[in-house]
Amino acid sequence: MSPKKLSLPTMNDWVAALIREHRVFGPQAKGDRFAYDLLGCAADLRLDHDVTILPPRKYLMPPTEVLITFTRSGKFESVMEGEPLVLFGVHPYDVAAIAQMDRYFTQDHADSHYLARRKKVTIVACDVQSASENVFAACMGTATVPDGFDVLLTLVGETYVVESRTAAGDALLALAGVLEDADAVSLGRREQLWMDAQKLLRRQNLRCRVEDLPGLLDRSYEHPAWRQKSELCFSCGSCVMVCPSCFCFDVQDEVGWDLVSGERRRQWDGCLLTQFACVAGGHNFRRLREERYRHRFYRKGKYLHDRCGFVACVGCGRCAAACTSGIASPVALYNSLLEDQ
Amino acid sequence: MTAEALICSDRDLYLPQPATVVSKTVLTATETLFEIRLDSGEELKHMPGQFVEVTVPGVGEAPISVSSSPDRKDGFELVVRRAGRVTSAMHDRRCGEKLGIRGPFGTHYPVDGVMRGRDIVFIAGGIGLAPLRSAIHWVLNHRQDYGKVTVLYGTKSPAERLFLDELSDWSCRPDVTFMETVDRADANWKGNVGVITKLIPTAGIDAARTVVAACGPPIMYKFVIVSLYAIDVMDESIYVSLERRMKCGIGKCGHCQINGLYACTDGPVFNHADILRVQEAI
Repeated sequence: MSPKKLSLPTMNDWVAALIREHRVFGPQAKGDRFAYDLLGCAADLRLDHDVTILPPRKYLMPPTEVLITFTRSGKFESVMEGEPLVLFGVHPYDVAAIAQMDRYFTQDHADSHYLARRKKVTIVACDVQSASENVFAACMGTATVPDGFDVLLTLVGETYVVESRTAAGDALLALAGVLEDADAVSLGRREQLWMDAQKLLRRQNLRCRVEDLPGLLDRSYEHPAWRQKSELCFSCGSCVMVCPSCFCFDVQDEVGWDLVSGERRRQWDGCLLTQFACVAGGHNFRRLREERYRHRFYRKGKYLHDRCGFVACVGCGRCAAACTSGIASPVALYNSLLEDQ
Repeated sequence: MTAEALICSDRDLYLPQPATVVSKTVLTATETLFEIRLDSGEELKHMPGQFVEVTVPGVGEAPISVSSSPDRKDGFELVVRRAGRVTSAMHDRRCGEKLGIRGPFGTHYPVDGVMRGRDIVFIAGGIGLAPLRSAIHWVLNHRQDYGKVTVLYGTKSPAERLFLDELSDWSCRPDVTFMETVDRADANWKGNVGVITKLIPTAGIDAARTVVAACGPPIMYKFVIVSLYAIDVMDESIYVSLERRMKCGIGKCGHCQINGLYACTDGPVFNHADILRVQEAI
C-alpha cells in the first residue's frame, strides 16, 4: 500500500480503534522511563519515548513460558502459547532485533514454540523521535529499517506518514478509515528524517563499522580489556536480560500442587550468570567472570555472525544503561579493543 | 515473517517420547546401566557417540550418551552416573517406570565413514567408556570392516571399572588388543598402574593406518593428544567427545557453546583438527 498521511487527531482515533479491536501493546511512561505494556487508551501511548526498559522481545519470548505439560506417570503434551497481539511503536533497532530472533529460531531447527507466538504478532514500527543517551543504533545499521514490520509510522512535523507492507498491516490501517496519500513534501521530509536518524542515533560512537566487528574480535581474544572490565562485573546478568538480541534460555520442570502433573517451562537465562556453563558434578566450563564477560561479546559479535549472518547487537544501549558497574557498553568495549590494534 | 520461517514449524522438538525402564544393572557405586524402550515400539535410530535427553517427569532433563550399539534392536542402554538432580532421580526409577526421551542428538564417531577399513584405537577414560562402548560394540559386530582394533581403558581406581564381563571378553578376544590401567591400585589389583597415556607407546599403533576414537575428561584429552602426536597420529585421525551442558539439544538454548561451536549439534563428537584453534574446547 502506498504511504498515507495521518493527522495527529486521526492517529489518536486510529489507536483508539485498534485498542477496541485488538490487544495492543506499546511504550508507556513508567516513572521517568518507558515500558511496553497493554494499552488501555490512546493517550497512554508514548511514541516520543527514547527507549523502553525491556525490549518487545518479552512478547515473543516471555521471561517464562510453558513448553510441555507432563504427568509423573510419563504422559507428555506440547503446549503452544501465544495469542494475537499488536506491538505498536516499535523502534527500528528493536524491529531489527526481532528479525534476528526470527532467523535464530528458524535456522537449522525451527522452534515451534517461538513461531507459534511470532505468527500472531503484528508489528507497527515507529521511527525514533527522541534518542536515548546510550543509543548507537546508527553505528549498527539499525537507525532505520527497510523491512521487518507490518506498518511503519514516521512523524514529519505535525503529521504522520504511515506505510503498510503486509496484509496484516493493511487490515490494521483499514481501521483508520479512508486516508490521503502522503504528498511529495511529507515523503521528502521522511527521507530527510531517515538521513538525520543516522546522526541522531549515534549518541555513542563506535569507531569501526559493524562489519569489522567479527574480525576485530578474531584478533582480540587475549586482549587485557576483558580482564580489566570484568573485574568490576557482578555477574548479575542485567545486560543480558534487557538485551533485544540475547536469546539463551534455561528449561525447568514445575510439579503442580497435585504432585501428579506439571509443566516444563523455559525462562530467560544468560551467559553472564555464574551457573550458565555448569554441568552435573559441579564443573564450570566458564568459571571466571572474565571468561563469561568475553563470551557474551564473542557470541554476539562473532559466533552468531558466523552462524546466522548477523551481529547480535542493534545498538539500543539498554545494556549500558542497566549495568551497575558501567562495563556493559559495547561501544566502550569495542573502542578499547580498537585502541591497541 | 519470511516464507522460509514458516517451514516445518509444526514438529515440537521439545516434546519427549514416553519410554519405559526395562532393566537396571548396578555397575559401580555411582553408575547404573539402564535398558530403555520407547513406548512407541520404534527404534531409537542413533549412531555411536550420539546422546539423548532423558526426562524424569517433574525433575527435569539431562543429556546422556547412548551406550549400546545401533545393532541392538530391542531398546537401548544408558550408563547413568549419579551426579546431579536428574541423574539421581533416574537412579531411583524402578523397572517398569516411565521416562521421557528426546533425540538422538548430535554427531557420532564415524564408524560408517572414515573409520571403515582403518585400524581403530579406542581410548576411554572413566565413564568415557559408556559412549565409546556403543562404537566398540558396533566395530566388533562388524569386525571384518575394520583393521586392527585396540581398546585402551583407564580409571582412577579398580572400583570404578565398568562392564567387567565385557572387559574380560575383550581381553580374551584374539582380534582385539585390550590394555587397561588404574591411577591408584587397591590390594587386589594386579594390572597396570598409572595414567592412560602410558599405554599409548606400547600399544603397537600404526599411526598412518589408525583412527582414534577417544572419550574421557578434558584433562585426559590434553595428555592423550600429546602422546598421540609423539607416535605421529594426525589431528584429522583423532575424534573426541566433549561434554557440556546440553540443555535443548538443538542449538538454541546457548548452554553448551564451546566458543562458536555447539556441543549438541556440531558435537559432541569432534574431529580434533576442527577444534585445534577453539580455545574453550580442551
